[in-house]
Amino acid sequence: MTSYLIRRIIAMVPVLIGITLMTFGVMQLAPGKPTDVMTDMNAKVSAESKARIVKLYGLDRPWYVQYGSWLKRFVKLDFGDSFRDGRPAIKKIAERLPATISLNILSLLLILALALPIGIYSALKKDSWFDRGMTVFVFAGFSMPTFWLALLLMILFGLKLGILPISGLHSLNYSELTVIGKILDTGKHLILPVFISAFTGLAGLSRYSRSSMLEVIRQDYIRMAYAKGLTRNRVIFRHALKNALLPVVTILGLSLPALIGGGFIFETIFAYPGIGRLGYEAVMSRDYPVVMAVGTIAAILTLAGNLLADVMYALVDPRIRYK
Amino acid sequence: MYVAGSIGDATYLNPLLATDSASGDINNLVYNGLVKYDRDLKLTGDLAESWTVSPDGCTIRFKLKPNVRWHDGVPFTADDVKFTYDKLIDPAVRTPFGSDFQLVKNVRVIDPLTVEVTYKEVFAPALESWGMGIIPKHIYEKGDFNSHPANRAPIGTGPFMFKEWKTDEKIILDANPDYFDGKPFLKRYIYRIIPDQSVQFLELRNQSIDEMILTPDQWYAYPEFFRHYNKFRYPSFSYTYVAFNLTMFPFSDLRFRQAVAHAVNKNEIINGVLRGMGKPATGPFPPQSWAYDPSVTHYDYAPEKSRALLAAMGFADTNKDGFLELNGKAFTFTIISNQGNKIRSLAAEIIQSQLKAIGIRTQVRVIEWSAFIHQFIDKRAFEAAIMAWSLSRDPDQFPIWHSSQTGEGQYNFIAYKNPEVDRLLEIGRRTFDMNVRQQTYHRIHRILASDLPYLFLYYPEALPVVHKRIRGPEVTAAGLGWNFPKWWVPEGQRKYEFEP
Repeated sequence: MTSYLIRRIIAMVPVLIGITLMTFGVMQLAPGKPTDVMTDMNAKVSAESKARIVKLYGLDRPWYVQYGSWLKRFVKLDFGDSFRDGRPAIKKIAERLPATISLNILSLLLILALALPIGIYSALKKDSWFDRGMTVFVFAGFSMPTFWLALLLMILFGLKLGILPISGLHSLNYSELTVIGKILDTGKHLILPVFISAFTGLAGLSRYSRSSMLEVIRQDYIRMAYAKGLTRNRVIFRHALKNALLPVVTILGLSLPALIGGGFIFETIFAYPGIGRLGYEAVMSRDYPVVMAVGTIAAILTLAGNLLADVMYALVDPRIRYK
Repeated sequence: MYVAGSIGDATYLNPLLATDSASGDINNLVYNGLVKYDRDLKLTGDLAESWTVSPDGCTIRFKLKPNVRWHDGVPFTADDVKFTYDKLIDPAVRTPFGSDFQLVKNVRVIDPLTVEVTYKEVFAPALESWGMGIIPKHIYEKGDFNSHPANRAPIGTGPFMFKEWKTDEKIILDANPDYFDGKPFLKRYIYRIIPDQSVQFLELRNQSIDEMILTPDQWYAYPEFFRHYNKFRYPSFSYTYVAFNLTMFPFSDLRFRQAVAHAVNKNEIINGVLRGMGKPATGPFPPQSWAYDPSVTHYDYAPEKSRALLAAMGFADTNKDGFLELNGKAFTFTIISNQGNKIRSLAAEIIQSQLKAIGIRTQVRVIEWSAFIHQFIDKRAFEAAIMAWSLSRDPDQFPIWHSSQTGEGQYNFIAYKNPEVDRLLEIGRRTFDMNVRQQTYHRIHRILASDLPYLFLYYPEALPVVHKRIRGPEVTAAGLGWNFPKWWVPEGQRKYEFEP
């Protein structure tokens, strides 16, 4: 197992470099430069000023030189400074991580708590009214435009009923609240975002667990368990469920990068200070260091998530052994 | 306490480095320039008490206000002014605003309250350029300027002092009790970042923000949205136009441009895309500017004149398909506009249909902003483009119209060349005599209106709303926020109570 892990980790290095090279390349292919936002079509900025600023940011060098110097810094875990506000890219990401991770963990927990029972019960009661109703329900969530649902719920709970704040993460008087008050305040702000992101994310996990459960309960060993005279509950929860949850482990591993990734539309609607908005704004303003930092961290987490899923698989499924 | 809503977050709270409007909003409250525009758009002293221009016009001597202190208590002096200038021209500083200061020969500190600026030649917009926020020498002289911590926690001289910045959430400012122009009445200013316009509108309805800039559609929303707000409208300092590539036939032919101008109904565009929230434009200066000549008229909407002009040029519908051909060959051109600006692409479509009415076939193409600028406008690879200029209060538009400014990346991208306009532009920026300047710019206005290098479409209006409990907002030529430090809330209507 250890040698397998080492091999896997070594194999990740070229993949990671490939990903960063592609991210860098795509950013270079996109028309425009980071400095355009501040200098374009501003009659107060002369052509010489523009050229001078381009040079100050080192953007006049060929792309491979720029990539080389990025890579050199990256090896030292230095992601460089944002072109937009001159702050270290890694710091900009770090200050948004708590908000993004807490939202994503909460919604992932809510998804798990709802999707697994929905999926399993649907499988047991296949083609029942519950099964069909839930299929419609989860796909409705899946297909519904987030921003539209968010606006409707904001109008209902924020404007008409007045019980929830419309947007943001904290109230304006947040810093003057007590600890309990702060928790309640943040909690109130999180209800709508967590609910909506869970509702729109239910479909995947519930359908996976449904189909995997369906497959498991057709197996011989389940029939065997029934034949032994075990109760239905014992068969389902002791024998079937464990096996049915195996694919879910993979999905959980793969959702590791999603924990730091945020939906840009989602965060924009809720005025939520998360990574999604940071990444989107960085792309739009061609803020190469931040784009590269977000991209690289997401790539590392994706690779790590894959590895984690494989390892967990070996741990929970005795049929799988890596050498 | 006052809560303003903004679409974007600030970048640098440093007037030399900031180029976005959000940073500008905050910097205007935290920093002062030497001069500012008053309610009637006249330059008046801000940090400067007075100034004198030498008889040859090349030297400006600013007398600074005494007893002005930075927010940390250090006195403000002429050294800070000199320091700000040094940073503006420092090649290592990432400021795009150096251009206005290229003509400065030197800046001399005469005594702690007097500073003298000498120019290589007379440069009238120079005075306005000293509206640039002055930054504190004692803070910025240590450390790297571009990544200085004060860029996120500014220390200025302005009516409001920086308190806190939560990235992408809010920026909090507190009233400066020692402000040289009197302590502002509002104790605290909160700048909330709400990136979605519709959500911002819901927050307005909920009275959780006190100020917002509306779109024309929002202006006409249900009255219940505005029960607690005063609505304001005034022309903004900008205009939208169709640029013609003057190096290309038939745009180089005045008759063709006139034909297009006669075919375009500006009021229909204003009603269609701005819901009437704008005025037809006659030239490059907005109506509230002293450079605007109210007697200048524009080509009236008269499709029959267009047809006559086009016929004279050799356009005719030879194959009877409803569209004109030029000397028997099919004729069409493309109007481009940039993505993300619905108002402009809608205007392009309206123009398309108006031109169709006189038999001219056009395409509309919407292009991503940076490609739009760098591959089409800068390379002069376009036929017609819908764009807009945001203008400085000083009417000098040398970079936009002078024939020397046609290189790649410069702003006369249509390659307009008119020796008389060149001469007038030079006169306009080389004298401080207001009468001469006004006459000069009136003349430029008249020439451009008839020459049609652009088809000037409209001056859009700014549409802010402010909560009714706030007293003091007043719209003048300078717009709305010019007296913001003097806005106040009557006793008993205060919404937020807190001890700073």
